[in-house]
Parts: sequence; structure tokens; C-alpha cells
Amino acid sequence: MNYSVIVEVTLRPGIADPEGATIERALPALGFSGVRGVRAGKLFRFDIEADDAGAALASAQSLSQRLLSNPVIEDAAVRLEN
Amino acid sequence: MTRVGVIVFPGSNCEYDALCAMEQLGAHAELIFHSATSLGDVDAVILPGGFAHGDYLRPGALARFSPVMSAVSDFAAAGGPVLGICNGFQVLTEAGLLPGALQKNRGLTFLCQSTTLIVSSTRSVLTRAAQVGQELVVPINHFSGAYTCDDATYDSLVVHDQIVLRYRDNPNGSRDDIAGVANETGNVVGLMPHPERAMATLLGSADGRVLLEGFVGLGATTR
Repeated sequence: MNYSVIVEVTLRPGIADPEGATIERALPALGFSGVRGVRAGKLFRFDIEADDAGAALASAQSLSQRLLSNPVIEDAAVRLEN
Repeated sequence: MTRVGVIVFPGSNCEYDALCAMEQLGAHAELIFHSATSLGDVDAVILPGGFAHGDYLRPGALARFSPVMSAVSDFAAAGGPVLGICNGFQVLTEAGLLPGALQKNRGLTFLCQSTTLIVSSTRSVLTRAAQVGQELVVPINHFSGAYTCDDATYDSLVVHDQIVLRYRDNPNGSRDDIAGVANETGNVVGLMPHPERAMATLLGSADGRVLLEGFVGLGATTR
């Protein structure tokens, strides 16, 4: 079976996010008020061949831990699209 | 004569600076391409600065999987001196040979400037010839140089005296002004500043010499 996977990589809570902070500071100048807690991250989308959804998820989680994120500073949230 | 291997990843761009600095100090230096599976007969290894594998994903994230890194890990585990400069430091943290991680600079600016470093520990292959408290002027040249680690890692760094260099005036938001760290045994060291570009007063500073002299010297004594 073919499974579509989405991986969201974000900085772990407590890790400074200068990109998110810069975006947040820019918003009031564009007239958007009241926006707080902006965190920047990365999104990966790919297809994976696996026997079942559980196997697809396990494989995607493993590669997210090993390559797509740096567990020292980042969390990876993995989900199947369909 | 100490033999130093300088690893070249696709996108490395400071390998000749490192090679030249080693030769100025009387060492024999050779380039080792990232696809090599053996380091050959070297006494010490340098991972130079640059943008290994284009810095895609994260600096050092892909370089960590280059074939040569298995040999570098084995060499480090056997006590061999390994030095990561700038991008080389990022590669060593991604490879798990050094603790922590390097994040985008505070302020999101690429920094290319002189910095003053303070030697914090001399129990590493890089700082063994220097004095604790010694100030060294060494340039930095990076976008992702803010040293980051969790509290447990930080406490462990302090307890084991692994913070080897600090910035006098923190330019990039590094935790506790950290510019360079070593592993517990002191044979693997990484730093964001470029000591290989501080080899001559005429070019701004010769303060990198005391660091690299120590590094080359240890290579000679461990074999």
C-alpha cells in the first residue's frame, strides 16, 4: 500500500525561535494585531510504501527522528494524510 | 611529522585554509574526500568550514551520513584528535560526536567579523597549549552559530569542563557565550570561530596559532 505522510518539524518548547519572533514583530506593522506565540517550522510531505498504516507510520517516525529533525532542538509530528 | 587529514564534503569551502594553516605549523596535511571509507594513516582530522551538502535540511544534517563519517567516528572513539571548525562543528553535533546543536543566530543575521574569545578550559586537544583566561582574537563567519543545549547537557558540560572557548561579547546568542565545546575526553572539539584564518598579524590576527599548534602537537604525541 501507498501512504501519504506529513511531517511537521518544530523547535521544542523553550528553544529560542528567532525566525518566529521576527515574524511576530513584523505583523503589527501590517495591521495584524493580537497575534502571539508564532513558531516557525518545516513541513515535509512524501509517499511511503508499506504493508499497513501502522508500518508506514513507524517507518516515517523513524526517518523523521534520524534525519528530518534534530531531536536535540526539534520535535517531529508525523501523520498520515489519508 | 604530524599527518593531518582535512575532510572535504561537497560544499566545504575552508579546506585549503585549514590545509595551509597545518602546513605553516610544520604538519603534513592532505585532503580526504567525503566518499572515502578510510582515513588512511593520519594522526589528526579536521572538518573544515563551508556549506556541506548545501546546508540543506539543517547545517551538517546530510554530511553526517557521508561515508567518511563512520571512519571519523571510529577514529574519535579510539581517542584520535578531531577538530570541527564552523560547519565542521555543526557536522560533529549532528553526528552526535559533540553535545548540543547550533541554531540560527539571534537577530537572524549572517555574522562575518572579528571576535574576542576567552579560553575557558585547556583540557582539550585544541586549547591544551593556551592558558585559561587567555583572550584570542579570531574571526567568525556564520549564520547558524548560536550554541544550544538542554539544561541536563549544559550541567554535564560544566561538570566535565567541556566548555573550552567563550565569546567575550556574545555575537550570536549562544548559551552561556559558548564558542567551542569538547567531548568528555577532550579529543573531539568543535568551535564556530575560524582559528585557521587567524594565522598572521598582517591579516588581522595570529591568535589562532596557539590553538592549532596545540592541536597539531597532540597529534604528534598520541601516536
